[in-house]
Amino acid sequence: MNTWIAVLATAAGCYALKLGGLVTPQRILEDPRVRRFTELVPVALLTALVAVQTFAAGRALELDAPRLAGLGAAVAALLLRAPFLVVLVIAAGTAALLRLLTG
Amino acid sequence: MTARPGHRTSPGTATSGPGRGEGSPPPASVRPAVRDGLGVGISVGVSGLAFGAAAVTAGLSVAQACVLSLLAFTGASQFALIGVVGGGGNLVAGTLGAVLLGARNGLYGLRLAGMLRVRGWRRLLSAHVVIDETTAVATGQPDDRSARAGFYTTAVSLYLAWNLSTLAGAVGAARIGDPRTFGLDVLGPAVFLALLWPRLTAGRAEARVAVAAAVLAIAATPLLPPGVPVMLAAVAALAGLRAPARDRTADGTTGGTTGEMVGGAAGGETAAETAGDASTGSGTGDAEAAGGTAGEGRKGLGA
Repeated sequence: MNTWIAVLATAAGCYALKLGGLVTPQRILEDPRVRRFTELVPVALLTALVAVQTFAAGRALELDAPRLAGLGAAVAALLLRAPFLVVLVIAAGTAALLRLLTG
Repeated sequence: MTARPGHRTSPGTATSGPGRGEGSPPPASVRPAVRDGLGVGISVGVSGLAFGAAAVTAGLSVAQACVLSLLAFTGASQFALIGVVGGGGNLVAGTLGAVLLGARNGLYGLRLAGMLRVRGWRRLLSAHVVIDETTAVATGQPDDRSARAGFYTTAVSLYLAWNLSTLAGAVGAARIGDPRTFGLDVLGPAVFLALLWPRLTAGRAEARVAVAAAVLAIAATPLLPPGVPVMLAAVAALAGLRAPARDRTADGTTGGTTGEMVGGAAGGETAAETAGDASTGSGTGDAEAAGGTAGEGRKGLGA
């Protein structure tokens, strides 16, 4: 399969899924359990994304010290109620600094 | 979207009496949402540099990298596809994996439909920007109006930043070198962590779901193709459904209290709008659910 086909098929498939959620009749949310589920799904998926982006490289698990330190610094900043952008700068800065120092 | 910041600058309406409130919404209520949206859109958008550079490094052309960002516009799926291309994997499986990873956007859409309430071409356009970041900002707002403001501000700023930085990253791939040098690989998880933070610390059910999701995704990573573990983690949301009654009571109380706080601060208009939403069925639930995170969200995202 040509890379262009893969690119366009991915785009089409992703758009179809996005639209699918918006056009699904809201009636199915009348059930409180279904509604609660859709409220919790973003929490579950986004946390999983954080975990995978932090600890995984492809299918392998890896402990990248600067990345972990960056995330740790982000957690510390969040606990100190730092503003959003400050949290990001601290996280990326910590990782970059450690990589600079460790070569 | 650009009309909303304009509303707030319209002079004098805030103190000119409740009678005029109907024509001009209270300026105070959507500003934090707009600020959240811009902060997220621009800071996350910059990581398009990493995507552009990685895509070209993986063997895509500059045009292919840009078309992916323009038309797929969902970072995780894009990274998944170029990972397969770069690793010389099967393109059919790679495409399926990337699309499967995008399935969570469908679940987001289900959640957002009641907040956005769009039809026709607006819905077709809005669908394109139903992604992690817009959902995180929208669901972190205290009411539907702020949710819409946050959603579209994030969408527009992120779409522009992501696509421009994809182009820059793809063209300058050779010169940028490894984006990890600048710690750009930490931006992704840090953004989502910061966006989730208020919800993780707000309710016991949310925290339990988050822990279960992280454990599931990590455990499944060595066993399943990239992208699938994250999708699988949706199952963790079931952990919140089996919550004991006391948890739900606690959540409800939090939502109610914050809702009152926000209503009091923003004036009668917000309360009226929330009441109006009750007739649509899903509106009240949305407001209450978002209300639980609203107060904290302000502190977390106020950049």
